[in-house]
Amino acid sequence: MLLINCPFCKNRNETEFVYGGPVGVKRPDPSLVSDEEWVDFLTMVPNPMGPVYERWWHARGCNKWFIICRDTVTHEILESPSDEP
Amino acid sequence: MSHNRLKSGGRIDRSKSLSFSFNGKIYQGFEGDTLASALLANGLNVIARSFKYHRPRGIIGSGVEDPASLIELLGEEGSGNNLCTTVKLKEGLKAKSINCWPSVDFDIGASVQYFEKLIPAGFYYKTFMWPTWHLFEPFIRIAAGLASAPKTPPKTGHFESRNAHTDFLIIGAGPAGLLATLMAARSGAKVFLVDQNTEAGGSLLSLNLNINQKPAMVWVESVVKEITNMPNVTHLQDSTAWAYREHNLVIVNEREVENVSIIERSWRIRAKKTIIATGAIERSLVFPNNDRPGVMLASAVQTFVNRYSVKPGNNLVIFTNNDSVYSYIKDLTRAGINILAIVDSRKNIADSVLVDAKNIRVISNSIIKNVNGYKKVNSVVVQSLDDKEVETISCDLLAHSGGWNPMVHLHSQSRGTVKFDDRIASFVPEYSAQNSINIGACNGTFALNEIFDETELLLSGASENSKPLVYKGKLECSKQSYSIEALWSPDLSKEKNKAFLDIQNDVTHDDIQLALREGYSNVEHVKRYTTGGMGFDQGKTGNINIIGVIAKEQGIGLDDVGTTTFRSPFTPVSFGSINGVREGSVALPFRHTPVTKWNLDKGAFMYEAGARWRRPGYFPMPGEGFQEAVNRECHAVRTGVGVYDGSPLGKFELKGENVGEFLDLIYTNIMSSLEPGNGRYGLMLTDDGLIFDDGVAFRIDKHRWFISTSSGHSDAVNQHMLKILAFDYPEWDVKITNITSQWNNATICGPQARKLLKKLGTDMDCENDSFPFMSFREGMIANIPARVIRVSFTGELSFEVNVSPRNMLRLWEKIIEEGEEFGILPVGSEASHVLRVEKGFLSLGHEVDGTVDPYDLGMGWLMSKKKVDYIGKRSVDLRRSSGKVRRELVGLLPNDPNEAIPEGAPITPSGKKVATEGFTTACVWSVVNNRWVGLALLENGRARYGEEACVRIKDRIISAKITKPVHHDPDGKLLRS
Repeated sequence: MLLINCPFCKNRNETEFVYGGPVGVKRPDPSLVSDEEWVDFLTMVPNPMGPVYERWWHARGCNKWFIICRDTVTHEILESPSDEP
Repeated sequence: MSHNRLKSGGRIDRSKSLSFSFNGKIYQGFEGDTLASALLANGLNVIARSFKYHRPRGIIGSGVEDPASLIELLGEEGSGNNLCTTVKLKEGLKAKSINCWPSVDFDIGASVQYFEKLIPAGFYYKTFMWPTWHLFEPFIRIAAGLASAPKTPPKTGHFESRNAHTDFLIIGAGPAGLLATLMAARSGAKVFLVDQNTEAGGSLLSLNLNINQKPAMVWVESVVKEITNMPNVTHLQDSTAWAYREHNLVIVNEREVENVSIIERSWRIRAKKTIIATGAIERSLVFPNNDRPGVMLASAVQTFVNRYSVKPGNNLVIFTNNDSVYSYIKDLTRAGINILAIVDSRKNIADSVLVDAKNIRVISNSIIKNVNGYKKVNSVVVQSLDDKEVETISCDLLAHSGGWNPMVHLHSQSRGTVKFDDRIASFVPEYSAQNSINIGACNGTFALNEIFDETELLLSGASENSKPLVYKGKLECSKQSYSIEALWSPDLSKEKNKAFLDIQNDVTHDDIQLALREGYSNVEHVKRYTTGGMGFDQGKTGNINIIGVIAKEQGIGLDDVGTTTFRSPFTPVSFGSINGVREGSVALPFRHTPVTKWNLDKGAFMYEAGARWRRPGYFPMPGEGFQEAVNRECHAVRTGVGVYDGSPLGKFELKGENVGEFLDLIYTNIMSSLEPGNGRYGLMLTDDGLIFDDGVAFRIDKHRWFISTSSGHSDAVNQHMLKILAFDYPEWDVKITNITSQWNNATICGPQARKLLKKLGTDMDCENDSFPFMSFREGMIANIPARVIRVSFTGELSFEVNVSPRNMLRLWEKIIEEGEEFGILPVGSEASHVLRVEKGFLSLGHEVDGTVDPYDLGMGWLMSKKKVDYIGKRSVDLRRSSGKVRRELVGLLPNDPNEAIPEGAPITPSGKKVATEGFTTACVWSVVNNRWVGLALLENGRARYGEEACVRIKDRIISAKITKPVHHDPDGKLLRS
């Protein structure tokens, strides 16, 4: 059960959040890419054994969407928006 | 019959005698006994029959590591598959053996041993396959078995769960854990100490050691007394930490709660730092017939003698490869056990160790070749590793020790790594992945003096706040040494008898070799192919031997073989404990509207409809069935007026400068061109071109809108909208408020709807010219402030009257009262379904099945050609450009107007048994048409109007005419009236 650091609410249990997938490439302009590139954007997502940037939604809290960096092996959260600079 | 009980000593309370029954016979034991120690005291040998071969099995270990002695508890505290070494003896306990018939002493299932050669590891991958595995499966499942679940739940009591935060969570109350607790608690930090045993002390409960010249248990009792009085310490015994999750969340199951109405209590503890002091478990040696009753782990023999005051036998042979057994000699001899020999596989044994065995025969450089006796050991065969000479020794007990395994389970669950330590021939923790420290035997430190030193050192640097952790006292104890020569398996090449590596699942040395021969060389494959390590004990005493055998056979080191992944639970946990208080309506509460009680009072048949809403299905009159009620409601809507509660619909208010662009992005059609007061029906797609939701959007003023979604998907739409704004267009000014619960509505629909609205009393001009379809007005209805929207999901003239929840019931009752003269009826979801099918309106989950796009449904008019981009456009075009045939929405009229087509029924060419060309999405009795009407998705449907379609049901065909997907008011005149 992850302890996720929400930018507004600080550390809250994973059960308050909804997972929003890893951060892939930015959505390209659909009118400018080929069919292959468009399908790639829809279907290929990062899936590393190690740190990955991913989106979480504080659905049972403040409703904020944010991005953290989590190691998929140790589950350590390496970066979150409310880290001190 | 308690001749095995010693006259004095042990941690049992001889003043409290308990009676219990095992396999129907009554026996006596004492408070403090486990079921195992009581059975041994009463001279019982055979406790169970093994899983596959039905071999007789006795007690092997003294605690959770025991692989053999599963029993079933009966009666009030019934539960299947408990290790009798962990069952606390209670007055009136009833237990029985499992996997045997008619009795554990005479078991017909043992005849399977004649077919041993047919059932090696993995036999079910190669045999019992023709004609079908399912023919054999039931018999095989009965032959191999475990206990059943109890038939009834406990009569009284409930399960509880609690959350806790703590500075230190110390797992294990042995010497290391207790010292760590003292240091942490005295610093003022908040401490949780949990231990799976009935009392604190760990290994000190069975070893006869001294601390500060007194028995070690005196020190243990003084520590327990001190921490009991400290308000910052929570000390739980009979509590197993069974799962170590992310970010130092540990789940502990408290099995003996002080409040007797609580059966078990589950703790979810978030700790700043965990101190893992889980100790070590003795492992077995591998030799032929090492599973016979009377063959026990050496430490278990010592534990039964010292802790439970029971001797499991009288004439003992010990087999070992390490030093630890020599320290037991004094205690066992004093208990009256005759130690006939110590068979030590090592050539050279240190003098300092042999000094404890002065009057004992030590046979070095030798192994046990075989064990004789079926239901109880009667002799062992010793073989010299030098000249292979054998000697048979008569005995009734064989104690063996293959070394000690640090219990790295929780450390591994936390994602920490382990490495093989040659010094103790075992795996020890290497790196921690989380904020945790391993101390004591679980860290590979076995000698008591070293345990204390290590604990003091590691804890002194472990403070979680600025308060230092120190131990100012003195802990004097004798120095102990430990050395071992690993013996994974002897040479069994010509051996006919079985040598077990996993006693629980009947996995033998041959099975491991079979797996390796067949190419399953990875330790995870060997585990799954042989099922070694997959039983209740999770291979606590045997897995290391499997790893050792794999290493030996492949000529590599154990570090290269590695361990299988350690998974929770560490020991079995009851489902009740995992569930906690989440039963029934607590687990998944229903969502209600203010009208729910009115519906129930009216006798409505309630359904769960999308996102846990409780909605009325239909309102049967007394004596009425389903179809009659639905027909009556449909008739009211089509000829008079009906009313339904549309409150569960998802609703959102959007404000900001960029709302128009945003809606244009997420809907397929253009919303930004709407004038205030007007609205449009729209579809939302996902970026891969599939229909996500449908709904309506209305503009309130220049920068303010509200949208309405389906009830079931409102949470998903909310998530979708917020995600796009957060990541793709953070520069856009759009603020979204979820107003699903803030507005309730009663929708009045039917030809008389406008008359009813006027009768309710309103300040709005309700005529069609002033209040057209797809617009809204704000004002008063029946003296209640309301926003009235003209949308129609039934195809009739319809007004959706939105009010605040506190006025909803009053509005509803007024509508029912004033509507009586028009024959008003409340309309349930079944009738709504009929009405929308008649109009060919889509329903998510029926026509929208995850494969159709709006063109297929005939809704190409909603797909804006002007917009350059909106979510889903590119993918829809991409899919359609492939030229493959598409399934399109059509209507179906069964040739026999009184014949119903089951919803979902497939349509095949000419009704033949070939691949389908479509399926029926809906079929309802239409009151206005006086016949069954349906909708379907059919390949090339729009080109086939007037043709015949064949619906194929199991053994017959229903013919139907293909029509346009609308069966009432095709031009939509009524809803625009």
